[in-house]
Amino acid sequence: MYAALWRLLPGPWWARLLILLVIAAAVLYGLFFYVFPWVSALIDPQDVTVQ
Amino acid sequence: MAEESETWGSRRSRREHARASTRRGASFFGVLGELLITAGVLTLLFVAWQLWIGDWIGAAEKNAAGQSITEQWQHEFAASATEPTPAPSATNAPAEPVISPEPKDAQVFGVMYIPRFGADYHVPMAGGVSRPRTLDPIGIGHYPDTPMPGSVGNVALAAHRTTFGKPFNQIAKLHVGDPIVIETKAGWYTYRFRNLEYVKPDAVDVLLPVPQETRVEAKGRYLTMTSCSPMYFKTERIVAYSVFESFTPRADGAPASIKEAS
Repeated sequence: MYAALWRLLPGPWWARLLILLVIAAAVLYGLFFYVFPWVSALIDPQDVTVQ
Repeated sequence: MAEESETWGSRRSRREHARASTRRGASFFGVLGELLITAGVLTLLFVAWQLWIGDWIGAAEKNAAGQSITEQWQHEFAASATEPTPAPSATNAPAEPVISPEPKDAQVFGVMYIPRFGADYHVPMAGGVSRPRTLDPIGIGHYPDTPMPGSVGNVALAAHRTTFGKPFNQIAKLHVGDPIVIETKAGWYTYRFRNLEYVKPDAVDVLLPVPQETRVEAKGRYLTMTSCSPMYFKTERIVAYSVFESFTPRADGAPASIKEAS
């Protein structure tokens, strides 16, 4: 899977590495700012209000 | 010699052949393994986000938001005060607190300062205590139908103690007399911390006009902050009570309590 991704990318190894780092940064950004907050709201076991 | 190189050559070609075959079709278990590793990494990342990374992000966002709100109010005030402002009420009589209208759900109305929690602590406050609309994205929530800061009665607030920037993380470290300052467009309301309490999650009587006193009309001005207890659990709630000290109109500038050394 990841080997296939590596072969799909164009250019010399350092260009591929650069592209992968950019992709990884984008994925992390999406996770930290959108996916994880959403997941946390679903499973998070805390409550701060009395009701 | 020749025989040897031949063996070596055939071995290499065999190896290359093997490599080529794995290239052509990644094996089912190979992909499955990579997916499982990915899932494991994602889970660990989520835990790291929940415990640390998300808090750095959330706290930074909230402090920045609080600061920009303050600056905007100060800016608006400076712009509106074209005529010479009435001399700061230097009289001894403390200013009568201005009571803001109750905010709509998720509408930001104030910024909270607690010097005990750090010099750069200024977290936005908004109406409502729903997690998705107020507590997670904005910070501190104001229980609907409780009074606004400065009012007679009990101003009730809630915020996270862990995760999402954890505005009330250090609530258990408050000392008696610590200032808790709420800034609104009108000015600053200084409360003084009095005591902590641990209650059951259904103890709504902490929100009463006089906390936990049914059918008693309030004469004092109180502030009640609720959060989760123990940290990361929801079995109980931690409650911090404070009492009103003074109101400082915006024309007088920020009170000293906002930076009080702790």
